[in-house]
Amino acid sequence: MTAILTYAFKNLPTTSKWALRFSIRPLSCSSQLRAAAAVQTKTKKTLTKPNIRNIVVVDGVRTPFLLSGTSYKDLMPHDLARAALTGLLHRTSVPKEVVDYIIFGTVIQEVKTSNVAREAALGAGFSDKTPAHTVTMACISANQAMTTGVGLIASGQCDVVVAGGVELMSDIPIRHSRKMRKLMLDLNKAKSVGQRLSLISKFRLNFLAPELPAVAEFSTSETMGHSADRLAAAFAVSRLEQDEYALRSHSLAKKAQDEGLLSDVVPFKVPGKDTVTKDNGIRPSSLEQMAKLKPAFIKPYGTVTAANSSFLTDGASAMLIMAEEKALAMGYKPKAYLRDFMYVSQDPKDQLLLGPTYATPKVLEKAGLTLNDIDAFEFHEAFSGQILANFKAMDSDWFAQNYMGRKTKGHAMIVEAYPK
Amino acid sequence: MVACRAIGILGRFSALRILRSRGYICRNFTESSALLTRTHINYGVKGDVAVIRINSPNSKVNTLNKELHSEFIEVMNEIWASDQIRSAVLISSKPGCFIAGADINMLAACKTPQEVTQISQEAQRTFEKLEKSTKPVVAAISGSCLGGGLELAVSCQYRIATKDRKTVLGTPEVLLGILPGAGGTQRLPKMVGVPAAFDMMLTGRNIRADRAKKMGLVDQLVEPLGPGLKPPEERTIEYLEEVAITFAKGLADKKISPKRDKGLVEKLTAYAMTIPFVRQQVYKKVEEKVRKQTKGLYPAPLKIIDVVKTGIEQGSDAGYLSESQKFGELAMTKESKALMGLYHGQVLCKKNKFGAPQKDVKHLAILGAGLMGAGIAQVSVDKGLKTMLKDATLTGLGRGQQQVFKGLNDKVKKKALTSFERDSIFSNLTGQLDYQGFEKADMVIEAVFEDLSLKHRVLKEVEAVIPDHCVFASNTSALPISEIAAVSKRPEKVIGMHYFSPVDKMQLLEIITTEKTSKDASASAVAVGLKQGKVIIVVKDGPGFYTTRCLAPMMSEVIRILQEGVDPKKLDSLTTSFGFPVGAATLVDEVGVDVAKHVAEDLGKAFGERFGGGNPELLTQMVSKGFLGRKSGKGFYIYQEGVKNKNLNSDMDSILASLKIPPKSEVSSDEDIQFRLVTRFVNEAVMCLQEGILATPAEGDIGAVFGLGFPPCLGGPFRFVDLYGAQKLVDRLKKYEAAYGKQFTPCQLLADHANSPNKKFYQ
Repeated sequence: MTAILTYAFKNLPTTSKWALRFSIRPLSCSSQLRAAAAVQTKTKKTLTKPNIRNIVVVDGVRTPFLLSGTSYKDLMPHDLARAALTGLLHRTSVPKEVVDYIIFGTVIQEVKTSNVAREAALGAGFSDKTPAHTVTMACISANQAMTTGVGLIASGQCDVVVAGGVELMSDIPIRHSRKMRKLMLDLNKAKSVGQRLSLISKFRLNFLAPELPAVAEFSTSETMGHSADRLAAAFAVSRLEQDEYALRSHSLAKKAQDEGLLSDVVPFKVPGKDTVTKDNGIRPSSLEQMAKLKPAFIKPYGTVTAANSSFLTDGASAMLIMAEEKALAMGYKPKAYLRDFMYVSQDPKDQLLLGPTYATPKVLEKAGLTLNDIDAFEFHEAFSGQILANFKAMDSDWFAQNYMGRKTKGHAMIVEAYPK
Repeated sequence: MVACRAIGILGRFSALRILRSRGYICRNFTESSALLTRTHINYGVKGDVAVIRINSPNSKVNTLNKELHSEFIEVMNEIWASDQIRSAVLISSKPGCFIAGADINMLAACKTPQEVTQISQEAQRTFEKLEKSTKPVVAAISGSCLGGGLELAVSCQYRIATKDRKTVLGTPEVLLGILPGAGGTQRLPKMVGVPAAFDMMLTGRNIRADRAKKMGLVDQLVEPLGPGLKPPEERTIEYLEEVAITFAKGLADKKISPKRDKGLVEKLTAYAMTIPFVRQQVYKKVEEKVRKQTKGLYPAPLKIIDVVKTGIEQGSDAGYLSESQKFGELAMTKESKALMGLYHGQVLCKKNKFGAPQKDVKHLAILGAGLMGAGIAQVSVDKGLKTMLKDATLTGLGRGQQQVFKGLNDKVKKKALTSFERDSIFSNLTGQLDYQGFEKADMVIEAVFEDLSLKHRVLKEVEAVIPDHCVFASNTSALPISEIAAVSKRPEKVIGMHYFSPVDKMQLLEIITTEKTSKDASASAVAVGLKQGKVIIVVKDGPGFYTTRCLAPMMSEVIRILQEGVDPKKLDSLTTSFGFPVGAATLVDEVGVDVAKHVAEDLGKAFGERFGGGNPELLTQMVSKGFLGRKSGKGFYIYQEGVKNKNLNSDMDSILASLKIPPKSEVSSDEDIQFRLVTRFVNEAVMCLQEGILATPAEGDIGAVFGLGFPPCLGGPFRFVDLYGAQKLVDRLKKYEAAYGKQFTPCQLLADHANSPNKKFYQ
C-alpha cells in the first residue's frame, strides 16, 4: 500500500519531457504545459486562475528508494525525512528562515514521531520557529502534503512551503494487545500493592500476543494486492500483459538510471554503512523469468505477482514550493507550475484502485485541457495489473456511462499513451 | 402487539426453516447454432475443454427435472465420445443459481413410491457414471447449489465456488420431508466425514462457500469481481469459467491433484470413524438427538440416518438401493406433502400481489422503541432503509438502540457481518424523541403500547408532520385497524402491519387492510415487508385479524383443560408431542398472562360465546397475584436465571383448585385433549376463510405455521383438513360440541367440505 507513496516526487526535477506529472490521484501541471498548450491556442493566461497566485516548484529531491529491509533497515522514518530535507537545502541553497511551513505525508505512523515533519525539520536544522505538520491519506499522503502546501500559498497564508513524504516499511509499529495495554495503564493508576497484585493476577499469557498494524483496508479487510488482482480480473487483464508492462516500467527506469536522468536522487550516507547513491529496486528481468513466479495474493490462480508489483519501499522526498513572485524575487527559475489537482474516491471494495480513471478526465476538464494538450502522462501505481485496468476503464464508454455518470469515456486514446 | 410479542417466542424453538427464494438476473449466452436444439443444457468447446452451460428456459432458477437430466446424459455422452475433448467444466448461465435442487413438482406428480424410486435410481446411475468419468469434470458453482444440484456437484471430480453471499451449498431435502435421493447420502459422508454429513443432511442448513471450502465440500474459491468492462455478475461468472477451465486442463494434464490435504482434526475423525464401535456410538447419539427433537413426528431424519448407516456398513450398492427406496417412501408421506405445501405457500407469500408501489419507501419512521419497535428497526436498517426510531423517553430510546446494536453485533460475533458493515448499517438508524425529520418519512410504523386512545393520539400527532404520500402502519395484534383509522384525516393511508416477536427471527408479517385502505398503501406495506425479508400474508380487518383470532379459542381451551385438572407439564408435553414447538402452558407464560387476559377479554367481547370455554377468572387471579409469566419470574412455572429445568409454581395450586371443574371423561383422553385444542384452532381458521378475512388457504397455512407455531408436519390448518379429512374432523368437533356446546360447532365451510369429499382446500 505504501510502497508507491513517495514515488510521487520521483521524477520531479527531470527534463521537459516529463513536464506534466500525474500521480495517483492528484496531479499537477508544470510550466512546460504552456508550450504544448500554445499549439492548441491555449495561452498561459487560460491556465492561470483569476485572483489566485501562481505557485511554482523550485526544486525537489529524494533519497534513493530501497527495498525494505536493506540498507535503511536500522533507521527511523525521521532519519530518512531529515536526509531529504538536508538534500533539498543543499540543492536549492534556500535560506532556512525563509521557509514558512513544512508538511510531510506518511502512511504508517511511527508512534514516537507521530509528527514526523517536525522531528525531521528540527534535526535538519530548520528554524524551531517554523511550524510543521504531518498528513495521511494512504498512498496519496505525500501528494496531500504538497497540495496542502499549495492551499497555504494560494490562500496567502505562506509564501514558501517545503512538502515531502516518508515511509519506512522496514520497521512498523507492532503493539501490545489491547488487553495488555489496559492492564499496563491500570497498573499505572493502581495505588496500593494490593491493587497492583490483584491487577497482575488478571494477567493471562494471551495478553502477550502482539497486534500488527493492518495491511488490509479497515472497511473491507482486503489487502491492496488482493484488490489489484480482482481488479485486473474484472477488466480481463492477462498475466502476460501485466508482466510485459512491468518489464517495460523496469526497463525504462533502468534506462533513466543509467543515463543519469534521475537527477532528483541525492546520495545518503547511512550511519555505520556505505553511502547509498541509487535505487536498488529497479531490476529488469525477462518475461520467461517473470512467468515462473507464483501469484502473491490470490492463490493459486491469480495474476498479480511479486514481479509485476512494486516492492515495499523505504525512502523520503522533499520539495520546495513557492509563490511565483517570491521565487522570481529570490532569483529562482521555477521548474514547474502547480496548476490544478483533483482528489477522487470510490467504493473501497471493488473500485479501490480505480482512482486514475475517475480523476484524469475530471482534472483535465477542470483545467480546460484536452488529451491533445498533454505530451506525457505519469501515473504512479503499485501494480501493473491495476494501471492496465485503469487504461481499459478509461477507454470504455460502457464504464463511463454506468459508473462515472458520463456520456462517453473520459478521454479516448489513453491506451495509446503507452507503447504496446 | 404485545400478544404477538410472546407468540413470537415460538420462533426460538421452531426447527423449521425453509428455503429462501431470491431474485435472479437472466443472461443469455450465445452458443454454436448446431447445439441450440437443447433447451436446458448446451456446451461449447474451448481448446480441449468442454464448457457445459445449464440454463433452464423461462425460469429464474435451474431445477433438476426430467428434460434437464436427459439432456445432461446426451451432452455427457457426446463429451465422452469426443476425441477432441479431454475435460469439462459444468457451469450455470444464471447468476445467483447453479442448480437450486430437484423439481418438486416432478416428485409431486408421482402417484406411487415406485415411480419416485425410479427417478432416484436414474439420477443415481447418471451421477455414478459422472463420478467414474475418466475425463475430469469441474463444477463451477455460483449461486445456490442445493439438493440435487449439490449431489451433481459432488459427483464431479473438482468443485470451484464463488465466494459471495448468494453462493450457498446444502441439502435442504429434510426440510421438505425427503432425503437426498441422488447419491448424496452415500457421497457426502465420504467427502466431508460422517458427522459433518449428518449435520448437513439432518438440519438442511445452507453452507456458505468459504465454510464449504474448509469442510472440503469445494476445492477452490473464486472471489467475486467488481465492475469492469461488463456488469459485475456477468464478469464474475465468466471469470469463474476461466478459472475452472484452467483447473480442468490442469486435472486432465495431471498437474493438479483432485485429492485434498486433510487437516489433523479431519484425519483423526476419519480414523475414528473406521472403528466400528465409534461408528455405532455416533449413529446412536445422532438418532437419540433426532428422536428427541422431532418427537417421532418427522420420518425423514431417521431414514436419512438409516440410509447413511446402510451405505457405510453394507457397502455402497446396498446404500444406493436403500437411498432410492426410502426416497420413494418419504415422498409419499403426509409429512412430506405438508412440508412441500408450506414451501409452495412460502414462495407465494414472497410476492407482492399489489404490484409495485408508486413511491419506494426510503425513509421509515418507527414510533416506540420497545421490543417490537426496535426489532422492526433492526430488520429495516440492515436492508438499507433510513430509519428514524422515536420514543417518548431517553431511557426507552436507549434500550431500543442497544437492542438494534446488539442484534447487529451478534452477527459480527458469528462472522456474518464485519464490524465495519455493522457500523455502516447502524448509521442508517437515528434515535430521537421528537418528530424532527418526519416530513421526509415515506412510511410510519407505530409500535406504541396497545391502547386505542394512545394510538389515536399518536396518529393525530404524526399526521400533522408527515407528507401526504406517507403511509401510516399500526403494529397491533388485536386492535381493529378501522377503529384506529377512525380519527385519521386520510384513512386510505392507514394499514396494519402485525409483526411477530422476536422480529429478527420470526419470518411472518401479517398485513391488515381495511375497506378504506388504498391499493397503493397496501403495495407499499408489502414492499417494505418483503424488503425486510418477511413472509407476508394479507388479511382483512376484524377483531384479532387472522393469527390472534385463531389462537384465542385455543387458549380458552387451554384454560379449561387446566381447570379440569390437567397438570401444566402434562399439557405441555401433549401439545409438543402433537408438533407444536412450545407447550400450551409455557406459551401462556411466554406471552405474558396479562396480555393473554387482555386479548381474551377483547376477543371474548367481540365474538361472544364461541370464544368461551375456560374461565377468564383464572388469568385475572394470576395477574392479581403477580404471576405474569416469564417476565415476572412466575407463571405456571417458576423462572430463575441460570436454572434450566423449570419447576411448577406451587402457588398456582390454590388458584387452580378454586376454579376446578370436573373433567368429562368421554372427551378427556390424551388424544381428545390434543384434538380439542387443534380443532378449535382449525375451525376458527376455516371460519376466517369463510368470512373473507383470509384470501387464500395458503396464506392461512403460512400464517399459522410461521406466526403461531402450528405443527409444520401438518402443513397448517387447511392442509391438515385436506390430509386428515374434513369428515373426520367434523366428527370430532361434533363429539366435543355434544360435551361442551357451541364452541365446537363446525363452521359452514368446514361442514361443506365434510359433506362433499371431493372438496379440498388444495386441489
